[in-house]
Amino acid sequence: MDIVVDVNSWIRAAVGGAMIGLAAASLFAFNGRIAGISGVVGGLLFDRQHRDTPWRSLFVAGLVLGAAITALAVPGLAVVTMQSGWAGTILAGLVVGFGTRMGSGCTSGHGVCGIGRLSGRSMVATGSFMVAGVVTVFVTRHLLGAGS
Amino acid sequence: MKAVIALFAGTLFGAGLVVGGMTDPARVIGFLDLAGAWDPSLAFVMGAAICVTLPTFQLLEGRSRPLLDDRFYLPTRRDLDPQLIGGAVLFGVGWGLAGLCPGPAIANLWTGNPQVLAFVVAMIAGMWLRNRVATPPAVTGGAAPAR
Repeated sequence: MDIVVDVNSWIRAAVGGAMIGLAAASLFAFNGRIAGISGVVGGLLFDRQHRDTPWRSLFVAGLVLGAAITALAVPGLAVVTMQSGWAGTILAGLVVGFGTRMGSGCTSGHGVCGIGRLSGRSMVATGSFMVAGVVTVFVTRHLLGAGS
Repeated sequence: MKAVIALFAGTLFGAGLVVGGMTDPARVIGFLDLAGAWDPSLAFVMGAAICVTLPTFQLLEGRSRPLLDDRFYLPTRRDLDPQLIGGAVLFGVGWGLAGLCPGPAIANLWTGNPQVLAFVVAMIAGMWLRNRVATPPAVTGGAAPAR
């Protein structure tokens, strides 16, 4: 296994991670809500009670806004290199949507908030999607030779 | 005020995703590619985020309520069920295919990249499909919302 050693990217990653943690902590401290993106979006679109629509919409709008502001403020920071063709991207979107609702969360809800709460369910979910992601990349990139 | 916090938290979250590099699918695939040139940087994103959430959530859950609401909205289940693990595995497969998870995919919408848009539309379709096929969980206790 080769490890890419790029200390600058690690520092950037840690700063970005701390910002994400602070965002999740503020939403929980003030509003009592879990900053799980799949949960917020799923609730926004499919919840029959619309009581939570305002905060969910604002949170999602902020997500796009924050990314746009940062990318425009620091040119060269936001790189989006798609890794799959159209069919792969659409298939991936479908299983991500289906899986995150079925498994009650994604990287943010389980990985950042759930582990922060020391939730056993979130730890198991995070381990499961990490392993599944690693296996998928191994199969598609190394066994089937897609992408790289 | 709760609206302001939601907008602030979303904005800070989106900015953190870009700063941390989570919005670049190539970096995500590099992180998941243990057999290739492994890029560990995303471990620092999650590690640093948990360094913030772990102490704050532990501290806050000891309180009876958040600052601006009368209760914390928390999942109550404790058991491990096939839905949780099966769903997480499916999510991981999609994550490994495209290198995008829900937060970065939505944050990337500002770029106008048509493939990002296709991913988000497909993701919403997947969520919808899950809602259609899901059997509603057996409700025990009196907390069921009125239909």
